[in-house]
Amino acid sequence: MTATDVTATAEATRQGAPGLPPREPRSEFGRRHKPELSAGQKQALRLARTLVWPAIVVAILVTQIPFLVTIYYSFQNWNLMRPGSRGFAGFDNYITVFTGGAFLQSLSATVVITGSSIVLSVLFGLGIALLLNRTFVGQGLARTLVITPFLMMPAAAALIWKWSMLDANVGMVNWGLSVLGVDPVQWNTDFPALTVIMVLTWQYTPFMMLILLAGLQSQSKETLEAASVDGAGPIRSFLYMTLPHLRQYIELAVLLGGIMLLQVFDPIAIMTRGTGGTKTLSYLLYERAFVGLEIGEAAAYGVITVLLTIIVASVALRLLFKIFSTEGAKS
Amino acid sequence: MKSYSVKKRMLLSAVAFSSVGVLLAGCSGAGGAATEDGPVSLTLATVNNPQMKDMEELKGAFEEAHPDITVNFVSMEENDLRDAVTKDVATQGGQYDIVTVGSYEVPIWGQNDWLVDLGPLAEADTAYNVDDLLPPVREALTVDDSLYAVPFYGESSFLMYNQEMFAAAGLSMPTNPTWDEVAGFARTLKTDDVAGICLRGKPGWGELFAPLTTVVQTFGGGWFDEDWNATVNSPEFTEAVTFYTDLVKDAGEADPVSTGFTECLNLFSQGNAAMWYDATSAAGPLEADTSAVAGKVGYVHAPVKETDEAGWLWAWNLAIPNTSTKQDAAWEFVSWATSTEYIDLVGTTLGWERVPPGSRTSTYENPDYLEAAAAFAPITKDIMLAVNPTQPGVNPQPWVGIQYVTVPEFQDLGNQVSQNIADVFAGRDTVENVLDKGQELATTVGDAQK
Repeated sequence: MTATDVTATAEATRQGAPGLPPREPRSEFGRRHKPELSAGQKQALRLARTLVWPAIVVAILVTQIPFLVTIYYSFQNWNLMRPGSRGFAGFDNYITVFTGGAFLQSLSATVVITGSSIVLSVLFGLGIALLLNRTFVGQGLARTLVITPFLMMPAAAALIWKWSMLDANVGMVNWGLSVLGVDPVQWNTDFPALTVIMVLTWQYTPFMMLILLAGLQSQSKETLEAASVDGAGPIRSFLYMTLPHLRQYIELAVLLGGIMLLQVFDPIAIMTRGTGGTKTLSYLLYERAFVGLEIGEAAAYGVITVLLTIIVASVALRLLFKIFSTEGAKS
Repeated sequence: MKSYSVKKRMLLSAVAFSSVGVLLAGCSGAGGAATEDGPVSLTLATVNNPQMKDMEELKGAFEEAHPDITVNFVSMEENDLRDAVTKDVATQGGQYDIVTVGSYEVPIWGQNDWLVDLGPLAEADTAYNVDDLLPPVREALTVDDSLYAVPFYGESSFLMYNQEMFAAAGLSMPTNPTWDEVAGFARTLKTDDVAGICLRGKPGWGELFAPLTTVVQTFGGGWFDEDWNATVNSPEFTEAVTFYTDLVKDAGEADPVSTGFTECLNLFSQGNAAMWYDATSAAGPLEADTSAVAGKVGYVHAPVKETDEAGWLWAWNLAIPNTSTKQDAAWEFVSWATSTEYIDLVGTTLGWERVPPGSRTSTYENPDYLEAAAAFAPITKDIMLAVNPTQPGVNPQPWVGIQYVTVPEFQDLGNQVSQNIADVFAGRDTVENVLDKGQELATTVGDAQK
């Protein structure tokens, strides 16, 4: 939308036109007809445009300068502990990123941990949402209790899992297993990735559940009644009525969950310390910057991660818009 | 048109002025320069250990004696402190007037010219009695005859064992055990509920590799030889890591990758481990009222193989960054907090068992302290005076320091190798394979030193 359109719209609104602004008349060649503006209007318009500039400048400064600085650092050879040896490094840092071997491993760890946590939490979330969608005594209390894990700070959640749940000697999970006659499991040592996935699933199931519950509650009761009158049992009406209705909600849940889980850091730093396939991109970046103190290398990892995220995000966002547009078409 | 461009110019200049104003306001907020003449406010960054908390509690005594100086404590967890202070000092931020620095960083920072040489100040101050500082600690903090920090408290490592369990099994612990003897005891005493020995397995150069490096050194290995050639996949290093990981797998604690200092302290103080090889500073909490094993713990020298002594050496120290504008006032506080006067103050007001240990020889001549810490004070002193930070292992090494290599890249190297050793604990990888990878990483680090 150009600035001229804005004024035309504003003009229309000022004249008290109800609803959408009237369509602009089009010339023979389909080009827009520019409305004539008086000198005073033009001047007001210029002033308005000029007033926008500080905000745009601030927006550019705030969003782009840190990234530009990161790009600059990524071409520097800079270890914090060696102040004398700082200098231009060319593409050395990027070569280290791609030949070091850590990057691809970390990428696959990120995909495995994020992917399985999302799938599991959507499945559990769906199950709990179906249960909570029924009316029963204490429904409100149950809902609040189920949401609690999502409200907990990630670091606190990781500590609880480390000390109370998964501790090899006094943990509740191993105690539960011992009742079933299973030998104690060394969670962090033998199954580090599974440990992190468990914590994340526990924490994100309520989030998925909230979105899916909203979806279930927006489904009209009449449709389900009609289906049951037509002879569909609960399984068939779930598979053929409820699930298609929930599709958009599941897609939304997966997308938002993916964005949040990609940045996961706390359970890895507190429980597994990047061992056994849990070194995700965010943890790797932390290690390069704060353990390795290699600012240049960490910046190069950062730049690559941003590029990857932009690619993933643009694909994901396109999907998101598609979800919304199909919903619009249906109604 | 003309009126428009005048307006535009006015607007632009207004915007420019206001942005400059914002920038200036930001600068004045960050700076806040104070002169040496008026009242001085010092900022001290420190680690949130109990001994440091005591220092904060007692700073009122210092401020009473120095009415023109106030000291503000910024306490952080160890890793956060390391991050925050390294960033501030390396980028010349000048946020702190006094920093708490570990003995690993002091020589590196000193060589980078980041810290004030406290040697001349300490020598000039006769009441300070610089020669009373424990010699090995002082040595670890000195680079080319410059003393870049003074110790607040120091520690070595020793073997702690549960005397009741040993008596019940009819075993007796020698004063200077060997690792082979210890491994035998651990395998005998291991039951389903009790670990034979607790040894750190949590990845991190300061976690796993603090005890493991001392084991490597007493087995005759080391990270580098005298000429900075990496020796990580040498037979001695491999033997030591194999010994350590096998011992933990056979007779150690469950879930070693989760287990660091705190976890072992929990396990041992609840009576769930027969032995524990770790820092001498663990003795304080083990003898406290909350511990289930208080009074039942025996303390002996760190187990050895090829060397006579295998304890490590660590100290938390106070130093003054070169960027501080209040260095005189800072030294006033640093010299007070590390003085014998301060140690007496802790003893008389908070109790003698809370005295910061391992910094001064005179602490171990104080009858009140020796009485309160009778179980572990004499042996701590013996070990701290016996360890040799210039050559802790069998072979000479080109750096000063025991359980670490005093180069900036070591924390990264130690961290990565320790993460790979976690795979050995889990059986996902072999010691040989892991140490070959470590050798590659160490070679790059060593080459940078040549």
